[in-house]
Amino acid sequence: MTYFIVKRLAIGLLTIWGVVTAVFIVVRLAPGDQATVALGPDASAAEVAALRHTLGLDQPLLVQYLSYLGDVVRLDFGDSYRFGRPAMDQVLERFPATAELTLAATVIAIVAGLILGVIAGKKPGSGLDRAVSTVTLGMQALPPFWVGIMFILIFALQLQVLPSAGGGSLANLVLPAVTLAIPFTALVARMTRSGVAETMSEAFVQTARSKGLTETQVLTGHVVKNSLIPVVTVVGLQVGTLLGGAVIIETVFAWPGLGSLLVSAVGNRDYAVVQAATVLIALCVIVLNLAADIINAKLDPRIRLEARR
Amino acid sequence: MLPAGAGTGTVLDRVSFVVDAGSTTGLIGESGSGKTMSAMSIVGLLPPGAETAGRIAWKSEDLLTAAARRIRQVRGREIGVIFQDPLAALNPIETIGKQVGEILRRGGMPRQQVRARVLELLDRVGIPEPEQRIDVYPHELSGGMRQRVMIATALAGEPQLIIADEPTTALDVTTQARILRLLADLRDREGVAMLLVSHDLRVMAHVADVVVVMYAGRVAERGPAREVLEHPRHPYTRALAHNVPAVSTKSAIAEPLQGAPANPFDRPAGCAFHPRCPMAQDRCRTDVPVLREVEPGRFSACHFAERVES
Repeated sequence: MTYFIVKRLAIGLLTIWGVVTAVFIVVRLAPGDQATVALGPDASAAEVAALRHTLGLDQPLLVQYLSYLGDVVRLDFGDSYRFGRPAMDQVLERFPATAELTLAATVIAIVAGLILGVIAGKKPGSGLDRAVSTVTLGMQALPPFWVGIMFILIFALQLQVLPSAGGGSLANLVLPAVTLAIPFTALVARMTRSGVAETMSEAFVQTARSKGLTETQVLTGHVVKNSLIPVVTVVGLQVGTLLGGAVIIETVFAWPGLGSLLVSAVGNRDYAVVQAATVLIALCVIVLNLAADIINAKLDPRIRLEARR
Repeated sequence: MLPAGAGTGTVLDRVSFVVDAGSTTGLIGESGSGKTMSAMSIVGLLPPGAETAGRIAWKSEDLLTAAARRIRQVRGREIGVIFQDPLAALNPIETIGKQVGEILRRGGMPRQQVRARVLELLDRVGIPEPEQRIDVYPHELSGGMRQRVMIATALAGEPQLIIADEPTTALDVTTQARILRLLADLRDREGVAMLLVSHDLRVMAHVADVVVVMYAGRVAERGPAREVLEHPRHPYTRALAHNVPAVSTKSAIAEPLQGAPANPFDRPAGCAFHPRCPMAQDRCRTDVPVLREVEPGRFSACHFAERVES
């Protein structure tokens, strides 16, 4: 187990190096740089050149890359030129809000998704199964930004029961969390449904019935746990996506999270912030995937053996 | 009646047999003959949508019309089931101790007591060093050990009847013999009645007291195991027995069973066996033979039972 985790973390470091490199290149491929954006369109060429020199942007890309890599290894992500303070501090300040939103959406999605999935999967082809399939398909098809705007129109403007923007309170959390949870719930429900439907046809389910268990006991005692592995994997991946990709929803609800910081940092060519945020998100994704694998190994004793090789 | 694709079919037709306390009744037949379905119908483990008619007398009640709640009480505690493939029939992600003890735990027995009882059960079915095995998972055991676990699971509720569906089919030959000996021992020592489902006549010859030969969802022949297997009174039994030289006393010319087994959804008219029967006459194509007593204690559903030579 320890060996497995160490090995996975080592692979994770390689992944982070890849992410750091990719971000470094992509950010610099975009037209314009810090100097042009900071000084605006009216600045003279000499002014721009002077600022580029101070920022080190006039050096060859390879030199910039190596010095940047050296800083990252020392966990120094540089200062945000816009805010004039360490980029990572800026990122970590925003991170809790995003984590809170992601966590809330994930909890909703797991609870609702599991319930819907089990109801549908326990009798494949039944009326309930078809109803859940239709509903979840709709939930996945709705564009989240549209749902978010509709929620604001209905709950904030018409009914005036929930705030439309900002963070900090539980009431603020409801609309963005539910918006994010809708497609996520559908995903969990569909994975659970297919897992449960498949498990229901296994011979050990009949064994459980032959012990005199009720259908509910058969489901909770034997079927659900056997159906969870693909669900855990998908939840792990999806949480990672939400951490970095809730950008649109954070923007719609003016949620003070990482997503909105990242968008403005890209617009301002604030390289240090973009890079710090990306590394943090990548780290979270790696840890989440590792956690999903560990949970799966705990769920199914057969997985542990394979991981040891 | 079972829904089959577009239509329905009568999978079991007038199947009737008795299992006596302390004895083993064997259900023999090819796959699709309805033997497993007959056995599972006793505890109500039929495919969804199955319709049933008739009577399943268990002691003084009819299990076919009993409430679902009552059937669940019977399952495991009065009638235990051993399934065919122990690897598939055991939950892969629970320890064997937990699975063997599940009935007891759900019955409200304290944890420590359940563990002690499970160890005792594992020992009883011949699992060496049960202390070391109780916390392992099914995939960590051999096929024979898994089947012993399955048997221990069936025994946990102290049932008076055990239904064993092809208990040795998934095992290699030496393990088969050991498991059969174990089943016979359990019957002899504990007086448990057993309904053994198998397509394997050697298995039947070893363990069964009474056999019921099934063909296309009907009983072809029924009677004391040794007599039926050695002196069949139905051409189908004779054909089966001839394929297993160890069972037939006279090593007469083997008469391989030709043709495919009849499909219960599309059963031939008259005697379902007539298309494959070397003795078939015109009457066999039209009249369904009734199961009748051809000798004391011997029943056959052949119009010409008296003429079947062993």
